[in-house]
Amino acid sequence: MTGTVEHPDRPPLDRDEMARVVARDIPDGAYVNLGIGQPTAVADHLDPARGIILHTENGMLGMGPPAVGDDVDPDLTNAGKQPVTELPGAAYFHHADSFAMMRGGHLDVCIMGAFQVSERGDLANWHTGAPDAIPAVGGAMDLAIGAKEVFVMMALFARDGTPKLVPRCTYPLTGLACVSRVYTELATFRVGPDGVRVVETFGTTVAELARRVPVIHRLA
Amino acid sequence: MGKVMPGPAEAVTGVGDGATVLIGGFGLAGMPVHLVDALIGLGVGDLTVVSNNAGNGDTGLAALLAAGRVRKVICSFPRQADSYVFDRLYRAGKIELEVVPQGNLAERMRAAGAGIGAFYCPTGVGTPLADGKETRTIDGREYVLEYPIHGDVALIGAHAGDPLGNLVYRKTARNFGPVMATAATVTVAQVTHLVAVGQLDPEAVVTPGIYVDRLVEVGR
Repeated sequence: MTGTVEHPDRPPLDRDEMARVVARDIPDGAYVNLGIGQPTAVADHLDPARGIILHTENGMLGMGPPAVGDDVDPDLTNAGKQPVTELPGAAYFHHADSFAMMRGGHLDVCIMGAFQVSERGDLANWHTGAPDAIPAVGGAMDLAIGAKEVFVMMALFARDGTPKLVPRCTYPLTGLACVSRVYTELATFRVGPDGVRVVETFGTTVAELARRVPVIHRLA
Repeated sequence: MGKVMPGPAEAVTGVGDGATVLIGGFGLAGMPVHLVDALIGLGVGDLTVVSNNAGNGDTGLAALLAAGRVRKVICSFPRQADSYVFDRLYRAGKIELEVVPQGNLAERMRAAGAGIGAFYCPTGVGTPLADGKETRTIDGREYVLEYPIHGDVALIGAHAGDPLGNLVYRKTARNFGPVMATAATVTVAQVTHLVAVGQLDPEAVVTPGIYVDRLVEVGR
């Protein structure tokens, strides 16, 4: 596992630290879509000097921070329908254009949550498949196959203790072989045709992770 | 000529039972609430509604659903914190749901408005939402054949319009409006401001009047 950095003595990352680590890996000047939920926090760690431009699927480039007080405008929201602001140089466009820029390969990075990621980068994040669940996909499938790189932020283990980084997704798929990086509280990973590679660990070691997450063990 | 309607009720006359109705908006941003209320007042039912969401809170589309007028919803993201009206109907088996990836929803309507018979799209390949659909490999990549979504009527919200039907939008309330305007037999726009012909900068018009059949000023 050359190139892996282990930090066994540091505590696992909290949500804010995970967002900071993701932000660090976004290239300067990139066009980026942040998914609903945890990925939204990545915006708090993007230094404006880096020239990263945020895309929101409901038709805007140059999205600014959340709107508060008098800045709240019902006509200006993010994909989670929360009020946001516009930055100088922002642009608005309709939905077909917004998704054409994803599908057409113009968006550099999108960051999403996940139920599961497979060792070849398959993504499952839209539907648990439970009989009483109401399926809702939003823009997840379009982003998964459209963005040049898909970063996933998730807990490494589900509530029942099973790893969410798996040989094969058991939840319904969002996209095939689309995830390139996975960020968890215990480790960050690169995912690709050659499988899963541990990049950095927090509060654990590669050896310990490999005991708990079979896809790592198999490739170590 | 004579596109300007005296009120929302006149603007939605002629919509029949069983119609397919495209309803703009992303959440409540861009949702043509006055036109939807008028549709409820018209008393038609058995509708198929195409919209990004399946209603928020108790207004607009949610009110139409609560009135029992909708047989089927075609949308990308029905389940939200405030989608309780839809959730209740769905769980009671009183409404059909077709979930469509958000970009496909937009592009299928774009195709309808642009005279495209069908198109090959990479979104959803290998997922349950592509089950049973025709696929084709083009230059080594797999695509799914997607068909247009055409509406009998489109109800959209815009910021300003002129008597010729030219429309401009405001911020992210633009979303599905310009696409839906092209995809229906009859397009009806509610506008915050009705302005005189010549008052809209031709360079800034987003929806040219050719796509708009009726408009009504509703104010803020």
